[in-house]
Amino acid sequence: MVQARYRTAFQLYPYERVAEQDAATVTRHPVVIVGGGPIGMALALDLGLKGIPALVLDDHDGVGQGSRAICFAKRTLEICDRLGAGQAMVDKGVVWNLGRVYKGEEEIYNFNLLPEDGHRRPAFINLQQPYFEKFLVDRIREKQAEGLPIEIRGQNRVTSVETHADHVALEIDTPDGPYRAEADWLIACDGANSPIRDMIGQGFAGRVFEDNFLIADIRMQAEFPVERRFWFDPPFNRGETALLHKQPDDVWRLDFQLGPNADRKAELDEEKVRGRVRGMIGDDIPFELVWTSVYTFRCCTMDRYVHGRVVFAGDSAHQVSPFGARGANGGIQDIDNLGWKLALVLQGRAPESLIETYHDERKHGALENIRNSSRTADFLTPRSPAHELFREAVLTLARDHAFARPMVNSGRLSVPCVYDNSPLNGGDGLRHPARTRPGAPCPDAPLGDGFLLDRLAGGFTLVGFDTDVPDRVDFDGIEVTGFRVDTDDTIRDRYLDAHAFAVYLVRPDQHVAARWSRYDEAAVAEAVDRATGRA
Amino acid sequence: MPLVTKPNLPRTDDFYAALLAAHEGLTEAETHALNARLILVLANHVGDLDTLTEAIDVARGTPAAAADDPTKT
Repeated sequence: MVQARYRTAFQLYPYERVAEQDAATVTRHPVVIVGGGPIGMALALDLGLKGIPALVLDDHDGVGQGSRAICFAKRTLEICDRLGAGQAMVDKGVVWNLGRVYKGEEEIYNFNLLPEDGHRRPAFINLQQPYFEKFLVDRIREKQAEGLPIEIRGQNRVTSVETHADHVALEIDTPDGPYRAEADWLIACDGANSPIRDMIGQGFAGRVFEDNFLIADIRMQAEFPVERRFWFDPPFNRGETALLHKQPDDVWRLDFQLGPNADRKAELDEEKVRGRVRGMIGDDIPFELVWTSVYTFRCCTMDRYVHGRVVFAGDSAHQVSPFGARGANGGIQDIDNLGWKLALVLQGRAPESLIETYHDERKHGALENIRNSSRTADFLTPRSPAHELFREAVLTLARDHAFARPMVNSGRLSVPCVYDNSPLNGGDGLRHPARTRPGAPCPDAPLGDGFLLDRLAGGFTLVGFDTDVPDRVDFDGIEVTGFRVDTDDTIRDRYLDAHAFAVYLVRPDQHVAARWSRYDEAAVAEAVDRATGRA
Repeated sequence: MPLVTKPNLPRTDDFYAALLAAHEGLTEAETHALNARLILVLANHVGDLDTLTEAIDVARGTPAAAADDPTKT
């Protein structure tokens, strides 16, 4: 028996009995992914596209209900473009640029995000999490039909794991009873309360925040402009904050801070929720409640993300407050980092120690996300008279003085982290521009009829900016493809600065591995060895 | 930009008087609020995190050694 823990929005992978359940011998899989949320599915897709068989075990048969994560950042969309699912997300998603900040009754300022020009994707989109997951599964189904080795098993719940030096043994429960399987690598994408984490006896340490928030997603056909509104101390939620923004399908996210002593059950009472909604949108607009939830949050991380052959990705490894949308966005960056490393190790082209660098790089990212989202929480929930004093000072000054507006912290938008000091980084023969130093994600730029990032999809890539590089070089089993870019102002600004030409070695996850002022095969060979953990 | 801890403010008495005048008639809460705003205005003007953290240390009375270092101006 596999008891449901939540209701699903879309049934996407109903339980089907597989031959393995009746086999006399236990099957060994290269990669088993536990948890079919956005992170697990994205990893399965990434591995499948690289030709690595990936088996997803999920204890439900589809995508859970509730909008949940609704903000997907540019980097996530770029990664999903690489996976072939980005366009569906952007087509469905809502783009907004204008934000308004209120204090009490008054709008104190507004801002236009004005994303930097010359990127295929906007700074972020709003999209309900079930759609995000569904588009990933849709893409998996397309690629499965083409023969990609991805398998999803619904209502398959892992009930025990046994770790060995070179594999993990699993016991899996199904509606037809249990069976056993083995995995060379087990990737736990099973969420913030990760059962796998408990099964291997690992902890999850951090800070619990003493505050409650109510989410009310409502459907209304309103003439409201597509913009984000954030209130400090509004008349309809005195002493607290509130947030309004738009999702697809005429759905709006209303978020009310409730304070530390909220009665969760009372707050979820439908009449009480409706009263709060009326307070924000007024009495005239008809609406229906789509989803309500009271949440608290914590910022936690595991000590290490790699435990032998068990690897943690997404919320199972680290959890942040929702401010700044760093949960799902951070998790997608996890799998972007892990996918190519796992593939190289499984193909015998890189040593197992490469997987440890996943921990190094992504824990660095997780700590950055935790730092940012904790600071937002401190701004929204002042913990002492001094916190309150300075927040009031910031908000008072922000109305008339632009300098104070960047200090207003209602969430710092998720941007990808730079893997500074990563053991995989090679030399920096250019030293500037800083934004494309080794460890940084490559910024997009228009290129021909498309965009630069389209050309950085797959393996290691050499890019010659205004200089020639070989089309293809094999470095001891690591194939590197190259192409030349004749630059324009945008590309020069992002990749060359004052240099006349440059050569970049880019990793499969589109982060810069090393860069030079000219092509030197020996230097590239050394950087490839370093970036693959072979040196 | 190292923090200047030597006398640097011409017409010191005028500044001090202006500061007191700004607080004239304020309640304690209003005085705190004014000071907080003043700090933010000045911090933005300084515009350098290292200088500001040094200033915070001086104000807290913690590592005074660094501030008194005669090699620093």
